[in-house]
Amino acid sequence: MPLVNGGKIADDSFVKLAVDTPLPEGGDILVPAERFVGEADALLKRAGKIGVIWPNNRDISELVPYLGKLAVVALVFPTFRDGRAYSQARLLRERYNYRGELRATGQVLRDQFVFMLRAGFDSFEVKKQADAEAFMQTAKRYSVFYQPTGDGRITALHRRMQLRHSEGVGT
Amino acid sequence: MYAYDEIDRTLVNERVSEFRDQVQRRLSGELTEDEFKMLRLQNGVYLQLHAYMFRVAIPYGTLASNQLRALAHVARKYDRGYGHFTTRQNIQFNWIKLSDLPDALADLAEVGIHAMQTSGNNMRNVTSDQWAGVAPGEIEDPRIWSELIRQHTTLHPEFSFLPRKFKIAITASDHDRAAIKVHDIGLRLIKNEKGETGFEVLVGGGLGRTPFIGKTIKHFVHGRDLLSYIEAILRVYNQYGRRDNIYKARIKILVHELGIEKFSREVEEEWQHIRHSSLEIDDEVIEDIRSRFIYPAYEKLPHMPDELRQAAADPNFEAWRKNSVASHKNPGYSIVTISLKPIGAPPGDATAEQMDALADLADKYSFGEIRVGHEQNLALPHVAKRDLPALWKALDKLGLATPNVNLITDIIACPGLDYCSLANARSIPIAQELTRRFANHELANLIGRLHINISGCINACGHHHVGHIGILGVEKNGEEVYQITIGGRADENAALGNLIGPGVKFDEVADVVEDIVEAYLALRERPDELFMDTVKRLGVEPFKERVYATR
Repeated sequence: MPLVNGGKIADDSFVKLAVDTPLPEGGDILVPAERFVGEADALLKRAGKIGVIWPNNRDISELVPYLGKLAVVALVFPTFRDGRAYSQARLLRERYNYRGELRATGQVLRDQFVFMLRAGFDSFEVKKQADAEAFMQTAKRYSVFYQPTGDGRITALHRRMQLRHSEGVGT
Repeated sequence: MYAYDEIDRTLVNERVSEFRDQVQRRLSGELTEDEFKMLRLQNGVYLQLHAYMFRVAIPYGTLASNQLRALAHVARKYDRGYGHFTTRQNIQFNWIKLSDLPDALADLAEVGIHAMQTSGNNMRNVTSDQWAGVAPGEIEDPRIWSELIRQHTTLHPEFSFLPRKFKIAITASDHDRAAIKVHDIGLRLIKNEKGETGFEVLVGGGLGRTPFIGKTIKHFVHGRDLLSYIEAILRVYNQYGRRDNIYKARIKILVHELGIEKFSREVEEEWQHIRHSSLEIDDEVIEDIRSRFIYPAYEKLPHMPDELRQAAADPNFEAWRKNSVASHKNPGYSIVTISLKPIGAPPGDATAEQMDALADLADKYSFGEIRVGHEQNLALPHVAKRDLPALWKALDKLGLATPNVNLITDIIACPGLDYCSLANARSIPIAQELTRRFANHELANLIGRLHINISGCINACGHHHVGHIGILGVEKNGEEVYQITIGGRADENAALGNLIGPGVKFDEVADVVEDIVEAYLALRERPDELFMDTVKRLGVEPFKERVYATR
């Protein structure tokens, strides 16, 4: 599956480990939640970057003690209809101030990019090549947003306030 | 009326262009039907029995005349010349081609109408009192807050893929015309002892196969905290709502399984985290929304003009006035309900010609404004009393002056087996037969307020659980069977109806309803004891006896 990172199709330096795959000497690894929590101390001492794949039904606050040391948190969309990871993403970004890579995995399609970007995702394992190629165009589809989220975009309510105040100057 | 600004219009247009692209990708095969399904549902497009059905939002039931004309235009140009108003302040078109949908949406976008989130597992069209802003005694116009919620829930990046659909309704009057107790979130606008605006918040109401009356989760949420509190409820639901079973995925099941105390603790904890955030609404924001609701320049008019006094001599006019005309907060004006329930017709349907003509009447007599209510009727909210006789004559010519609002033939019914792919039984022919049985106005008037609700399947789009008489069609051994309940209601005293006994066959339903009505007329203590009060006093038993004694 193509990875979109920083708005472009990019190489993935991370190798996904299963629960029982032997730990490679070096290199960047993505580890399932269960294994990560079980072996966190050992995994974090290792050379190479580390990320965790976190299921959408596990409390994201469990990750808080490790967030400063994680290079990637990968959240899972088992189907595009299951939106639990949107809430997890916002909690990571807005409540727990996670600043590393936040990756969307699973059934990731172009029609979710805007929602995902607004929830705080910045990298995407996209299911279809054509969707990955359409990323930039799709991500720019909307210029107006009604809700405040941690992505810092100005909302319609506040945009109106700005307009009102700037109009107010001359009158 | 609420006036969209450039920001709202831009968003609607961007949505149309996105959907055009999605339809193209579906038609070219780039999107599978499974992938497309959720996307089209989020734009109000269902695949029904015969064709695609297109459901358009009428937020909080308020329409401008040019918007109603645009709906007529869609009916005429892309459909078969009519539309169907539903119980959720939507209009549905039943015969639309997929390839025409982007154009239909673009035409509607020109007048600030859209179909966003009229379906799918997201926050649906926000509904409210169809008399909002004009009802006497209302605490405040609830549409200002409805509009705030409409904006906040439109294309919400966290809650567009919820476990299941999610419905919010708001009322600001003692008499609840928005059925807030049977919604996922019900909001009742109130003032606290300091005179500040806030809301009693109810959660977990709903109909369908597991009906519940909503429970109060918080007695007072200040207006400035409304969005953060709703967001907290939604976040708890998004994370913990069941996704393993579609029938257990609504928030009512989560509230029921956790219990309201535990559920409200979860919400409270979440709320404390987000309460003082950018979700806090300051007065200036509310004032901005308020300023974009444009209210008519009412004249000072007499309470009883000569025109009205003279028309009172006509019994036909009086019959209509008595049940279609309601008090307005301004004494010289009235709220006029327009029955979309003519005898023998499917409830809630209007032709393109009727919609166009109503738009003209709204311009002439109601400051260009029309309302849509959950009873599947329309209303003109600002009619000067002196204009009532002229309006009545004009409505009568259009077949829109049936004097049956709130009477037994003012039936709520889902489309049933005639249109809906979910239905197990017919609804419309039952409604049609019942309107013929009770076509006599004197009899209907004698019976008084009595709501019949009909659903063609357990999903309860016809709200049968809360009908004074509820009729639910089910399928049994290849045959349509109808279960009858009595004593339900959807107002401030909302209650679920009780089953009176075994289901009856299609051609027995009207007889059974007649039996129930006859029993009521015989059992009521006084002529002004309403059906629902008699049922409350006596319970199901005497009605059951009357219905089943001879069957």
